[in-house]
Amino acid sequence: MSSTAPSSDGVDHVDERLLRTTPLKKLLARPELGSVVGAIAVFVFFAVVADGFLKPSSLGTVLYAASTIGIMAVPVSLLMIGGEFDLSAGVMVTSSALVSSMFSYQMTANVWVGVGVSLLVTLAIGVFNGFMLTRTKLPSFIITLGTFLMLTGLNLGLTKLISGTVSTKSIADMEGFSSARKLFASEVTIGGVELEVTILWWFGLVALATWILLRTRFGNWIFAVGGGADAARAVGVPVYRTKIGLYMGVAFCAWISGQHLLFSFDVVQSGEGVGNELIYIIAAVIGGCLITGGYGSAIGSAVGALIFGMTSKGIVYAEWNPDWFKFFLGAMLLLATLLNAWIRKRVEATK
Amino acid sequence: MTTEATALVELDDVSKYYGNIRALEGVSLEVRAGEISCVLGDNGAGKSTLIKIVAGLHRHDAGTFRIEGEEVTLANPRDALDRGIATVYQDLAVVPLMPVWRNFFLGSEPTKGSGPFKRLDVDLMRSTTREALLRMGIDLRDVDQPIGTLSGGERQCVAIARAVHFGAKVLVLDEPTAALGVKQSGVVLKYVAAARDQGLGVVLITHNPHHAYLVGDRFVLLKRGVMAASHTKDSVTLDELTRQMAGGSELEDLRHELERPTGP
Repeated sequence: MSSTAPSSDGVDHVDERLLRTTPLKKLLARPELGSVVGAIAVFVFFAVVADGFLKPSSLGTVLYAASTIGIMAVPVSLLMIGGEFDLSAGVMVTSSALVSSMFSYQMTANVWVGVGVSLLVTLAIGVFNGFMLTRTKLPSFIITLGTFLMLTGLNLGLTKLISGTVSTKSIADMEGFSSARKLFASEVTIGGVELEVTILWWFGLVALATWILLRTRFGNWIFAVGGGADAARAVGVPVYRTKIGLYMGVAFCAWISGQHLLFSFDVVQSGEGVGNELIYIIAAVIGGCLITGGYGSAIGSAVGALIFGMTSKGIVYAEWNPDWFKFFLGAMLLLATLLNAWIRKRVEATK
Repeated sequence: MTTEATALVELDDVSKYYGNIRALEGVSLEVRAGEISCVLGDNGAGKSTLIKIVAGLHRHDAGTFRIEGEEVTLANPRDALDRGIATVYQDLAVVPLMPVWRNFFLGSEPTKGSGPFKRLDVDLMRSTTREALLRMGIDLRDVDQPIGTLSGGERQCVAIARAVHFGAKVLVLDEPTAALGVKQSGVVLKYVAAARDQGLGVVLITHNPHHAYLVGDRFVLLKRGVMAASHTKDSVTLDELTRQMAGGSELEDLRHELERPTGP
């Protein structure tokens, strides 16, 4: 039996060592399975109890709510697969918006300059996180908690210092505002449904992240540094560069989110964003990312974000008290984590 | 000895100190292509230190270290790898949650396409993994399974096959049979021999003289950081090797102590 292994992948001859590889079993091994089941359950639930949940316009609303979380959940899930956290992700979005707005207002006449400067500054924050992490070898929890607090303080402090209030000045009348708004905060009509442009950003980022994860060397390294950094280093994977790259990914998406925040209104409240970092992490975990790293998917994070969107808006459509949202979220998180723990045990079991 | 081709790796009178601790002193080791050199020793004998020097993790403090006749001081594991020395550690340097084929190519992934479409050559990776394993005599049904689901022996074999595939000239194996059962150990030793037959020089670290004698061509015995003995296969018997390994006279004493009074 051993020397004449079946060559084709399609129709298998029965190998006596292979006990059970039914399609169901294969499906069960997907990281996002739990979240998909959860998403279907949530969808059916609100479709039944909430009037108007199934209307096309509601779909647009739900997707928009999901996309604002989802854009950040994508890089956060990649980072989590790489074995690290970023607690500064929430306020980084606000920082990015503030830099863009204030630089445009104070220094130039064109908002695109601010947008560009904001990209550089936000990426620099990401590099700082990654550099501090790899240099000090402290847990990312501590490093990014520090960044989180510093950014929170800087957002408030600098905004007050420069603008005199806790929010920025309106940049709506500046040059380039309408074109920037088109890119970051417009609506597009697809098939009669009006969709926020962030939904397209979100889908694009999920596709890009999935491609990177599954089909590039960098993706292979992300799994490796999260699943066994020492082993990865021993075979020549640049562990530090990979982690810094992941933090830059978070920063890049924080920049997109930040610009959306700025251009969907025209002012930014400097105290925003606190607490969002946990929502991103929860979306990633519900989507099947292992909290200890090495396992997960970008699509899972999207499903996690979708559950978020459906729940937060579904509760509104069902005309319930929104207080229940948090309870529901906590329950989902627990369930998802339990499922993940079970999967990991199955996968790591050595016979 | 001088008439043969130069040894792939040659350690001559090598010493290593950690502060005031003498971890290794005056150890010589020779590894030739198509041969297996065994390093035997009890716990704390200095086996790990020796392979860390060969693998480039540590630098030796005295003596000479030659790779293919050229005297070297390795800077890091990558340096050792570039010179054709691949080390398979006890923890195997595999990522348990990743599929076998991803682990196989980790750090040296082949790509196709260019620019933004540069991507992993997944088909090549899968088929090469399967073929490389088959060549070593490992028939793995499913290269997509996470490597963590393989048994210890199988993982060891994948790690060896990986080193062979990536053109290692010298394979350093750190206690490959330590945690394995009898049957699994046999399987691993078979793959060690298969690597040797492909022309690699192998350094086999073990504390099991039976395993060593089965496959080894040269034997170096370490005891408390110094070289207690050095043999070639034709100059030593298994009994002698076992006796020296177990401490010679100590073993005799032990046998007397443990002897059961016979007869009623």
